Amino acid sequence: MFAFPNGVVQKISGTALMIQGEDIDTDRIIPARFLKCVSFDALGDQVFADDRLELAGDHPFDQERFKDASILIVNGNFGCGSSREHAPQALMRWGIRAVVGVSFAEIFFGNCLALGIPCASALPDQILAIQAAVNGDATRHWALDLEGMTLASDQERWDVTIDAGPRDMLRSGRWDATSQLLDNSSKVEGLMNRLPYLNNFATR
Amino acid sequence: MPSTIYACAFCPSRKVIVIAAALLSSGTLYDKVWDLHRVADLPGGSTQLFVGLHLVHEVTSPQAFSGLRDKGLTVACPERTVATVDHIVPTTSQARPFADPLAEEMLSTLERNCAESGIALNGIGTGRQGIVHVIAPELGLSQPGMTVACGDSHTSTHGAFGAIAFGIGTSQVRDVLASQSLAMNKLKVRRILVNGHLSAGVSAKDLILHVIRTLGVKGGVGYAYEFSGSAIEALSMEERMTLCNMAIEGGARCGYVNPDQITFDYLKGRPHAPCGAAWDAAVDWWRSLATDTKAVVDDEVVFDATVIAPTVTWGITPGQGLGIDECVPSLTMLNPGERPIATEAYRYMDLQPGTPIAGVPIDVCFIGSCTNGRLSDLRAAAAVARGRHVATGVKAFVVPGSEQVARAAEAEGLDQVFCAAGFEWREPGCSMCLAMNPDRLEGRQISASSSNRNFKGRQGSANGRTLLMSPAMVVAAAVHGRVTDVRTLALHPAS
Repeated sequence: MFAFPNGVVQKISGTALMIQGEDIDTDRIIPARFLKCVSFDALGDQVFADDRLELAGDHPFDQERFKDASILIVNGNFGCGSSREHAPQALMRWGIRAVVGVSFAEIFFGNCLALGIPCASALPDQILAIQAAVNGDATRHWALDLEGMTLASDQERWDVTIDAGPRDMLRSGRWDATSQLLDNSSKVEGLMNRLPYLNNFATR
Repeated sequence: MPSTIYACAFCPSRKVIVIAAALLSSGTLYDKVWDLHRVADLPGGSTQLFVGLHLVHEVTSPQAFSGLRDKGLTVACPERTVATVDHIVPTTSQARPFADPLAEEMLSTLERNCAESGIALNGIGTGRQGIVHVIAPELGLSQPGMTVACGDSHTSTHGAFGAIAFGIGTSQVRDVLASQSLAMNKLKVRRILVNGHLSAGVSAKDLILHVIRTLGVKGGVGYAYEFSGSAIEALSMEERMTLCNMAIEGGARCGYVNPDQITFDYLKGRPHAPCGAAWDAAVDWWRSLATDTKAVVDDEVVFDATVIAPTVTWGITPGQGLGIDECVPSLTMLNPGERPIATEAYRYMDLQPGTPIAGVPIDVCFIGSCTNGRLSDLRAAAAVARGRHVATGVKAFVVPGSEQVARAAEAEGLDQVFCAAGFEWREPGCSMCLAMNPDRLEGRQISASSSNRNFKGRQGSANGRTLLMSPAMVVAAAVHGRVTDVRTLALHPAS
């Protein structure tokens, strides 16, 4: 298992796997019963637990050929529903370091960003082609490059997009927002002194 | 620049000039509240947004507190964070320790974290415990013009007050604890304009299921939904909460209603609402936050409330809804993009195209959740249950949204109505909305549920099935053992 993301996230390389379907919600990524924990540590084994149970070994996350994959290829509105960060945590602890799909639910996207996991978008037809390529050859190595904004193997190259803000945060290693937010503590204090509802609805 | 003169709350004789927020940034409520809470522009283009009210529960906070400790940080503004326990609490016996050691560990961890950080915890038996999105409004914590964040997607509920309220992940909970702020990107605003009025027997739940069905579960991604129009203005606060609660099911991270007299009347006298001179100043300020009549929104979709019927979901996303008189759609009736998940829904739900939704047999009836677990929801349900009885073989239970809701309902005798009708009356919590406590479906059971999500496996069984509907419709389903148009019951009440 590679280390979790840390610092600059510029290029994610590795093999890929795909989860097909629109509107895959976070209840499916990590069912609620696994949220009964005070640490994220054990979630890697539980990712897609019910879907995997149903497919009895045939689920992509159980197939031997995908076991070392680090790039997940998905379709539209991936990660909708519950805000549970347990979902990207489970994916990350299984080994996922980047997600490429048609679109992502906003909270899921933000949760991934907070872990240093880029969620890059490509057009629906492109995603289908990438999924077919991944399914056809699980050994193929891919690289998601946040500088050139491409997902490429030695045989193909696809353009991907990430909004400028999140992309810059990843490339500069500032995706962990806590320290930036704390740098502005005095501005927070100033704002608190102005906000009507914190000042009996009058300014001082 | 024009200004509004308020009396200072501390010395009423001295006038203090406050520039009304409306004049700082003419536009939508979303724009105004956003601008008021903007701390700084962060490198990379996001905005540091101050969080006026941070709500915490036991499921998404333990790792946030751990993360805070790992970084050597403490809670910046413990007085701006309020905690409760809701997801994992049993609804039968709530005696400690809980029978489930994992649930007990989660609550004791929350208790320890709150005690160490000086955060108020509304625990079991305090009279203030309940689902986080039920207790914050009833305590008067949720107010117009605030930013409200919680590690829970249904935080959109608090937008009912004219707040910007949104769910966050655990890393962001840590950020709020550390800094009382968040790195956020501004959303666009889509006005959901609902003209006319809802018909008798049609509720806010039906309205939001109708909106989601129309715009899709990803239609709102990138948007805040501003609900407005005559049908919205006529809704009570609790109905507005139901509406905003499910904005996220349509992909919109927040939904809101502009504050008006109904909002103010609801807030007045609540424990954390302003009082005395501050009340009048607050109402003036709140009024100034409403979207200006000439404000430009990014998008607008118009609905006619009068055509909306009681609405029930048939599939595995909240967007797969049907009017009670409709049938499960065939693939040809759907957009190509909707067909794969519809195909999966036919299989998972074991419902075939052309099947009328009315008449689908149900096994379990659940009334509760942050969507529909408030007093008015229980009143609406009890009005249908009164004098009737749950059908043989159906398990039915009512889980009040909070201790306050439970005690108020008991004072009105609603618990007796439910019990006489064959429902179980439980203690407050999230319960079978997401089944993190012992309340869950078994096997392929199918539920009629007043909750918000019909995802595969959502209610605790990997192949359990959920039909979302209003509380009154849940009772109608319970009484007949199958999905039933509540309006037919209302027209022919049992004697």
